[in-house]
Amino acid sequence: MSSEWPLWEVFIRGQHGLNHRHVGSLHAPDAEMAIHNARDVYTRRNEGVSIWVVRSSDIVASAPSEKGPLFDPANSKVYRHPTFFDVPDEVGHM
Amino acid sequence: MSTAAAASPDVAEFALRMGDTCLILGHRNAEWCGHSPALEEDIALANTALDLIGQTQLWLGLTAEAQGKGRTADDLAYLRDSSGYRNLLLVEQPNGDFGRTIMRQFLFDAWHLPMLKVLAGSKDRRIAEIAEKVSKEVTYHLERSSDLVVRLGDGNSESHARMQAALDFLWPYTGEMFLGDAVDEALSSTGIAPAPGSLRPAWNEKVARTLADATLKAPESSYAQKGGRSGVHSEHLGLILAEMQFLQRAYPGANW
Repeated sequence: MSSEWPLWEVFIRGQHGLNHRHVGSLHAPDAEMAIHNARDVYTRRNEGVSIWVVRSSDIVASAPSEKGPLFDPANSKVYRHPTFFDVPDEVGHM
Repeated sequence: MSTAAAASPDVAEFALRMGDTCLILGHRNAEWCGHSPALEEDIALANTALDLIGQTQLWLGLTAEAQGKGRTADDLAYLRDSSGYRNLLLVEQPNGDFGRTIMRQFLFDAWHLPMLKVLAGSKDRRIAEIAEKVSKEVTYHLERSSDLVVRLGDGNSESHARMQAALDFLWPYTGEMFLGDAVDEALSSTGIAPAPGSLRPAWNEKVARTLADATLKAPESSYAQKGGRSGVHSEHLGLILAEMQFLQRAYPGANW
């Protein structure tokens, strides 16, 4: 058995209505302590209203070597970008 | 703003006891900063320490106000000798290992929270306000310390043995929390603060339940070390104050 506690990724919801954002990671022996530790490490200055933790090993990530095929499509397809609409000023920031 | 400038010695004494206890425990926990067994625990203990120092400011601020002698919370913290300190003996005990520090925190938290719950209904509005304000922090302190006591007590044979040793060491210092004197009597008869003994059932219940979960056994002895409330402390307090007060003693009035 490893003597190291497993790694957890921490997500904090800063305010009601916002999404949870990844803020960092920490070590903890289980989920309950991960929440406690996240509270102590990341939220002691009124940063959040909700905490998610997830085992880092449970996160499935894309492979850096596939960066090209995944993220670099040919940019000649202007029709894929919704740039032909006039946004009324009243809408504000979109 | 309080308009009651009238000195109230009993309230001052009570706030001093609360403030000194928070201050010394906060200082003890702060000694772990940079030395805890894991980064996460280091930060958690420092948070607890900072919470307690914040509470100290409130209590000693009230002491200063109720004494009506123009002192500040800082004067009280930095310019009294150990015989002037009114903290519980429990909180000045050396940190020992991490387990003992957590056990001390738990035994204190299990008293602190019920105390604040009663104080939130105090006839003295200033006391009620402080209690109301800090009881959220203390609820978390108790949640965390009791959780760790269970995890370490019911952990492996090494952690179990250390937690049992911590409990045996600290037990004689717990009785003092429930001993009352004339000040307590005056305060409880006027509805300002609870009679210390009245907090015993809540503490017993929480401690018994937590220790059972932690597979730890409370010592049989009910002998209580006492003296904190009359300024008779163990030698450890003098060493804490020497470190804490050094700057103000060496450079009176130093400020930054």
